[in-house]
Amino acid sequence: MNKNNCYHCGEDCSVTPIHFDEKIFCCNGCKTVYDIFSSNNLSYYYDLQAAAGASPKVVQGKYDFLDDAAIIERLVAFNDEHLQIVNLYIPHIHCSSCIWVLENLNKLIPSISTSQVDFPKKTIRIHYNPEKTSLKEVVILLTHIGYEPYISLDDFDNKKKDVDRSLLYKLGIAGFAFGNVMFLSFPEYFDLSSSKASGGEYWLNQYEGVFRWLMFTFSLPVVFYAGIGYFTSAYKGLRSKILNIDVPIALGIIVLFVRSTSEIIFDWGPGFFDSLTGLIFFLLLGKFFQQKTYSFLSFERDYKSYFPIAVTRILENRKEETTQVHNVKRGDRLLIRNEELIPVDGILINGNANIDYSFVTGESEAVHKNSGDKIFAGGKQLRGAIEMEALKSVSQSYLTQLWSNSVFQDDKSSKFQTLTDSIGKRFTIFVLTVAFSASIFWTFYDPSKVLNVFTAVLIIACPCAIALASPFTLGNMLRIFGKKKFYLKDTQTIEQLAQIDTAIFDKTGTITTAKKSIATYEGLELTKEEEALLKNTLRASNHPLSRSLYELLAEQDIVTLDEYEEHLGKGIEGSIDESNIKVGSANFVGKIASDDAKNTAVHISTNDMYKGCFVFKNQYREGVAEVFKEMSETLQLAILSGDNEGEKERLEALLPKLTPLYFNQKPPDKLEFIKSLQNNGKKVMMVGDGLNDAGALAQSNVGIAISENVTIFSPACDGILDATKFKELCSYILASKKAIKIIKWSFVLSLMYNVVGLYFAVTGQLEPVIAAILMPLSSISIVVFTTIATNILGKKLR
Amino acid sequence: MSVIYLLLGISIIVAIIFFIAFIVSVRSGQYDDSYTPSVRMLFDDELVKESSTLRGTKQTVKSDKKSQSKQIDCSATLAIENKKSIQLNKSLNN
Repeated sequence: MNKNNCYHCGEDCSVTPIHFDEKIFCCNGCKTVYDIFSSNNLSYYYDLQAAAGASPKVVQGKYDFLDDAAIIERLVAFNDEHLQIVNLYIPHIHCSSCIWVLENLNKLIPSISTSQVDFPKKTIRIHYNPEKTSLKEVVILLTHIGYEPYISLDDFDNKKKDVDRSLLYKLGIAGFAFGNVMFLSFPEYFDLSSSKASGGEYWLNQYEGVFRWLMFTFSLPVVFYAGIGYFTSAYKGLRSKILNIDVPIALGIIVLFVRSTSEIIFDWGPGFFDSLTGLIFFLLLGKFFQQKTYSFLSFERDYKSYFPIAVTRILENRKEETTQVHNVKRGDRLLIRNEELIPVDGILINGNANIDYSFVTGESEAVHKNSGDKIFAGGKQLRGAIEMEALKSVSQSYLTQLWSNSVFQDDKSSKFQTLTDSIGKRFTIFVLTVAFSASIFWTFYDPSKVLNVFTAVLIIACPCAIALASPFTLGNMLRIFGKKKFYLKDTQTIEQLAQIDTAIFDKTGTITTAKKSIATYEGLELTKEEEALLKNTLRASNHPLSRSLYELLAEQDIVTLDEYEEHLGKGIEGSIDESNIKVGSANFVGKIASDDAKNTAVHISTNDMYKGCFVFKNQYREGVAEVFKEMSETLQLAILSGDNEGEKERLEALLPKLTPLYFNQKPPDKLEFIKSLQNNGKKVMMVGDGLNDAGALAQSNVGIAISENVTIFSPACDGILDATKFKELCSYILASKKAIKIIKWSFVLSLMYNVVGLYFAVTGQLEPVIAAILMPLSSISIVVFTTIATNILGKKLR
Repeated sequence: MSVIYLLLGISIIVAIIFFIAFIVSVRSGQYDDSYTPSVRMLFDDELVKESSTLRGTKQTVKSDKKSQSKQIDCSATLAIENKKSIQLNKSLNN
């Protein structure tokens, strides 16, 4: 570890580290957390992993709403006089230290009886005694030690969901029955129970009925519980006149069951119960594998995940009260504290508003507002408290209205026909043709075998391997992408991604970074003294632009200003000795009529003489030009930006020639733009980041959200791409195309197995043991093939 | 020969017992989080060691500062634990 890094959080301690207990800390917050841990025998935290902590951000009064019994009632999972259980989502959970310290919370508050971390979900389940402590105290404790829980309106509105474990049960039953049926069919495999005349074992022959009926019993729950999903899916498909892959599967299951049952009833043979249970077990295994979910990510977020549960309302007698966001009415006076979110559209009454709209628009620069200005929901207030008057209720605000659009109600997946389903259709027709023509042949040749051949064809052609190819390929691909920090919602998204021919990008926050901004100076050169004066003047200002400019300028000695004045909404003024500097808007510094109003600029004049201005520019992500160049070879590209045309020239220079650029696009415009492209038969991928892209992301075939911090801010989408991996986007699209190729190859492979099986079936010599060998063999070889092929593909990705 | 009924009955009963154990464990949520327990089980031992080491360190500081050899021992054990935890965290990050 670097010597100058904070012992608690690992951040650089800059110039003024805090020394405590022979360790250094970057801020008082980190020091306090260390103090809490070490005085409570919890310093093992630092031994598990160095610098695992986060510096705590505590805002006075932020959790006052947790005093409200009605709100507590909605948040806790269990509520009783002596016990409350709450599940909290803590985004910071990332290492074993986190698990350890959070599971030892009872050393900090003794009335917490147990606390249990779910690492993949990043949640903690806390049991505590509400008589001795309160939810608010627990949450504040967590915040104090740097594990701030994320509580949003979503937690409040969502009633507790039950975990769906039915697939696990089905898998368990199918596996259990499969094993036992295999075990019971061993006598048949070794041909021990064949008739006495051909030398069969006498005593096994005697009891073959027992074995057969036991197998039948085991297969009952498999067919009627574990396999029920295939029947309903096939029925649904047929009703909407689609031959999906589940139709031949369901047909195969029914035929297997009916034929095997009648075989044992009429004592014709042992039946195919081993193949039947095996088939369903393997199919469910494929489903299970495909069901990889990133439980710590959410792809279904709407504005509710961002909005707070409660706000502070100022009553007429200037008293403050906490109220639920849903109860905010037009005309209410609201107090928005530092770092709080503005829940409704309104008018700023007083206070110094610096509003960060970064997760609405992606714009990293905070916006300054003056009293009387309109402010929109979704912004986050930085620095100090403001007072505002609500103009609308929450659900009617400009931003939240977007969610009333019908795209958010539609289920995209129901419209998409997967590769497997389109194959399934042709496959069903093919199998039925073979079955009928073989039966017709046998009708003339040997009518006694017709039924045998007909059912044998349907049994052996049951497309188990085909149905497994796609879940295993795509499921594995999903995991590989996940390791590369490209998180997709489901396997279907990969198929859709392979088909796109148009890619639309948002500008701010998507191809520009939210973290850094650069400013270029235009005008007369500043002298050394002037630069020092500028830096020292900026030091005193809290305006977001001053802060960013301050960070960008070279270090200067700290000098105390003789005079300093801040003119709200105009600029700042400072002087040392004889020299005086004005920093701010063009009008303020005395420059007449600004010609370049599109860019954000800070103008400077010294001693009433205009010097020049710093123009802020967007910092583009690393590799933007390369990504666009690569993608333009196969895809149509376009930029949709909500901003003005200020960056047009730079973008044109950066991107491939003739890339269409659209500016001043409002959220509904973006949605309509995508819709019109789709109406022209395009398959569109939208890459965006903020809530203002949410409509376009939902409308597009594949909506990818770029996120600097994947656990927190991302709108509803099909996939989340970590911002550091932006330059790999094109290779990910190519990889998904290759994955589809792998599936097609495994279809060919499984068809070969089917041809071999069909030979036995059509010639009327299908023995149960052949089916019992062919079916698992084809399934396993498909699984092995797809796993190896996708892993080779994954190795090439960065 | 009817012993085969007995054998079959026993084998099926054993299988069903395991099957019921599986259903019960799924029901109680043991399969919901298949990851954290694997990390948690590594803590317990070290936790006991840790608290004793920690007390040891405190006592040495209080009683005598000269007995630094003891402290070195402590830091050595801690270093070993550190290594373990680094491995642990590597596996976490994968």
